[in-house]
Formats: sequence, C-alpha cells, structure tokens
Amino acid sequence: MISVEAKKRKDACMTRIFVAGAAFAVILLIAFVLYVVIDGVSGMTGKMLSFGPQGLGNMFFNTIYLVFLALVASTITGIPAGIFLAEYAKKGRLTHWVRMAVETLASLPSIVVGLFGYLVFIVMTGSQWNLFAGALAVSILTLPLVTSVTEDALRNLPSSYRNGSLGLGASHWQTIWRVLLPACFPRIMTGLIMAAGRGFGEAAALMFTAGMSTDINWTNWDITSTSCPLNPFRPGETLALNIWALRTEALQVDAAQQAAASSAILMIMVLSFSLAARYLSYRIDKKMGGNK
Amino acid sequence: MAEMTKTLTGFAAAEIEKKQGAVRAQEQAVAQEAAGTAEYTFDVTDMDLFYGDFQALNSISMKIKKHEITALIGPSGCGKSTFLKTLNRMNDWVEGCRVTGKILFEGKDIFKEVDPLALRYRVGMVFQQPTPFPKSIYENIAYGPRIQGIKDKKKLDEIVEKSLRQAACWDEMKDRLQKSALGLSGGQQQRLCIARTLAADPSVILMDEPTSALDPISTQKIEDLALELKENYTIVIVTHSMQQARRISDKTAFFLLGELIEFNNTLDMFTNPSNPKTEEYITGRFG
Repeated sequence: MISVEAKKRKDACMTRIFVAGAAFAVILLIAFVLYVVIDGVSGMTGKMLSFGPQGLGNMFFNTIYLVFLALVASTITGIPAGIFLAEYAKKGRLTHWVRMAVETLASLPSIVVGLFGYLVFIVMTGSQWNLFAGALAVSILTLPLVTSVTEDALRNLPSSYRNGSLGLGASHWQTIWRVLLPACFPRIMTGLIMAAGRGFGEAAALMFTAGMSTDINWTNWDITSTSCPLNPFRPGETLALNIWALRTEALQVDAAQQAAASSAILMIMVLSFSLAARYLSYRIDKKMGGNK
Repeated sequence: MAEMTKTLTGFAAAEIEKKQGAVRAQEQAVAQEAAGTAEYTFDVTDMDLFYGDFQALNSISMKIKKHEITALIGPSGCGKSTFLKTLNRMNDWVEGCRVTGKILFEGKDIFKEVDPLALRYRVGMVFQQPTPFPKSIYENIAYGPRIQGIKDKKKLDEIVEKSLRQAACWDEMKDRLQKSALGLSGGQQQRLCIARTLAADPSVILMDEPTSALDPISTQKIEDLALELKENYTIVIVTHSMQQARRISDKTAFFLLGELIEFNNTLDMFTNPSNPKTEEYITGRFG
C-alpha cells in the first residue's frame, strides 16, 4: 500500500509540473515579444517609420489592406459555406465531399497556394503582381478556418433559438439571419481574428502574388493608378514578406535592423489587433449575455 | 335656398349612413357565421404520423374547441408532444417525419390550404425550456411582428407593451426593456416567451410542458396566465402533471403508445374514466 506521505509528495510534484508547463508557455511568449520588440525598437530610425520609399510605413499599410481584403474574401465565401454545412447539409455524399474539400484546403502548404495563386491570378489573368491576388491567395488559406468556425458556432447554439424562431413562423433564412448569426457573432469574430493572424504573418503565399515591391504615392487618390494606396491591383509588399526579403537578399547595410524593426511592428500590430478584436467580441457577448 | 341645400345634404348623409349601417350589419352576420362554423379550432381526422418506419401516432381523431384549454397527458413517448408539434407543423423540420390524414385549422386543411409559415403566425408555440433569444426583452417581443414585416416603431412599441401586459410581465419588465432577456429568471423567461408568442397575434397557443423546468411559484403564475388567456385564445397544453391538467384544462386527452385512448371533459375523465387504461394511468398505477 502506498503511504499517505508518498501520495501527497507525488501529488505536489505533479502539480508543480503542470504549473511549470503553463508558466513556460507564458514566459516564452513574454520573452519572445520583449526580445523582438526591444531588438526592433533599438535599431529603429525615424526614416524607417516614414511612409516614404525607404520607410516601412507603406508595408505597414499594405499588410493591413491585404489582411482586410483577405478577410472580406474569406468571409463572403467561408461564412456561407459554414452556414450550409451547419444548417442545410443533410448527411450524405455531398456533405461528405464538401467537408473533405474544406479539410484538404486547410492542409495545403502555403507555398503551394502561393504558386497556384501565381499561375491563376497572375499568369492566367495576364496581370502584374498585385495585392488583390495576394489577398485571394491568403483567403484560400483562411477559408477552411472561417468555414469550420462558423459551422461549429452554429451547431453549438442551443436548439431553443432555432425552435423559438421557427415556432413564430420565421423562415429558415430569417432564423439564420436574425437569431442564429447574431448569437454566434462573437465566435465567428474569434475565427476571423485567427484568420487575420494567418494573413498578417503569411509570406510564402504572397511571394508570387502580392509581389516584392511597393510604390505608393500618398498624394495620388486616383484609384485606377498603380501608385494610389487604395488601388488593390498594384504590387504591395507586406511586412512579413519584407522581413524575409531583407534577411535573404537585401543589399542595404542596415538590412538586419530594418528586418528587426519590421518584426517589431508586425508583432505589435498582431497583438493590438487581436486584443482589440477580443475586447469587441467580449463587449458584444456581455451585451447579449444579460450581465449588463 | 341655402336652407334647402342643407336639408338635402343632411338627407343624403343620412342615406349614406343608413347604407353603411346595413353593410356593417351584413359583415357582422358573415363574421358571426364564420365564428359559428369555426367552433372548433382544430379538427383532426384519422391522422397517422411516422418517423421513418416507426409509426408514432396511430389514427388520431380529435376536435379541439375554441377558447378552451385542452390538456394532453400520457406517459413519456406516448406521442403527445409529437401530436402537439403537428398542429403547427413544427414536425416539418424533423427529418423523415411523415403525416397522413387531415387536420383542419379554422376550417382549412393545414397541409393543403395554409402556408406553414402563415400557420405558425396563427398557431404559436411555447416550449418546455424557455427559449428567449440573446437579444433585449424588447427585441424578443418585437421579433414575431418584425418577421411578419412590421417596421413602424410606434406600432412595435404598442405591440410590445400590449403583449407584455397580457402575459403579466409589464410591471416587472417595463424598466428593463433594453436589457438582455437572458438575464431574466426561468419563470420570467417563460412568461416572456408567452408574451413573444402573443405578439405574433395568434389565435392558438400550443404549450409543450411549459412548466416542467420551473419552480412551483413560477408554475402557478403560468397556470394563472393560461386561465386568463383562454378568454381570447385556444390553448393546447402537453403536461406530465395530472394535477396541472386537472387544475387548468377544460378537456383532457389521454395518449398511450401513439393512440388516443380517451378524450373527454377533464372533470369527467378524472372522476369517472371510461377506459380502464385511463383509470390505471390517472390513479398512478403506471407511467
């Protein structure tokens, strides 16, 4: 028989291991963020922060713009797909194939998606590298995530929402639009944050699609011009891609500092985006949850 | 001259008045006649219901009278809830569910002559678990009118107040209309759901064990409410509690294994059941 002492000792020991595991993850994140930010900020110059040809400002803007476009693209395809799987799909071969397609998309290597994007969005359309093609390539990567999050969110809603609405004579669509989607908004929001994170950090899929150059004229607001910031059909290098380019093939003397600064900016951007989005979805959740 | 014109106009006005009166009387007569023929809200004839191969209801025939409370009792799995859900065609959403036979609602065949969405406007439903939406109290009540296309804010305000008053919720909820309905207690939520059903302007309210998830005080409030509402609405209630059936219903139907064993005035049924199975059930020998 094990003595009580031994049991207690083992219990305490295991507790410590679990705490250590959790602490390790937190410490790793904090250390990592601090290292990247400090390293980046220490080498940062005023010129890097500018929106000129030497600065990172344009890439900062490109990143946000590309993520925005990619989110729009994966939202308008992924959310309907998720709704279909959760609400309309009956058990059967069709559903099986749709689900398999979505899962396969999720496991595609991003470099392959980039190459596919290059062949389809650039070569086949005969256009030059552009942000829109980059956004579409990223949206292929984020589509499965958005779809499965939407499906799960809808499936996890209590059936009472559905019954209550249908019982009042609402159509299926009215039920989805007015009750179900608003109710799972915070969860879909979380999915979109994760999708955005993927977009912020993506480099491989953008190499052949969004291009490795950026030439923005901030006084040009003619949307058809390739130097207009808002024209999605212009080349647009993102921060992540810039980091890769700087550390592999750049000739500038301060390439390492620029890469570090880019990393720091990207890191701060992702963190603040995800915090803001989480806060927003927390607020919505609270408003609907009746704690207010 | 002027006086004469005046008299003439007066005469003409009187004539018009008289004609209108006649039309009104006629309309009233027609309405009364319609009400006479629709003494029964539901007229179910020879209804069978299948889930796939399984027959859940067997040849049910039953007339549900207007402005009465009809209770459906029976042991679990006897088909009483299934029967209730058929009355507003909520079973349409159950995969593999098939119904044969005829159900008339206010004289019209619900499978042929009435659109299921329009049917559910008129035949509201309250579920076992309260089903408030994660929206404000106001939006919950306004939901029914909104899906029917009412957009006018003033009209919606009126409907919300009227429905909450009818469901005896107004006093406790009027100051928190914009707060989430999920913050209410279970009993309040259930009354809110009744108010929400009323807001859609039904003539029938189906209740599927509406108090089985509630405490005794909330249960009593719902029962009192049902008794008040039967003045204007037809109520069909599924209940597990025979005491409840006895307390509030006018007629009781006893279901067993998919068959309607007995359907009679509640008082007669509980004091003098005609079928031995009914007697066994209500005296608690099984179920």
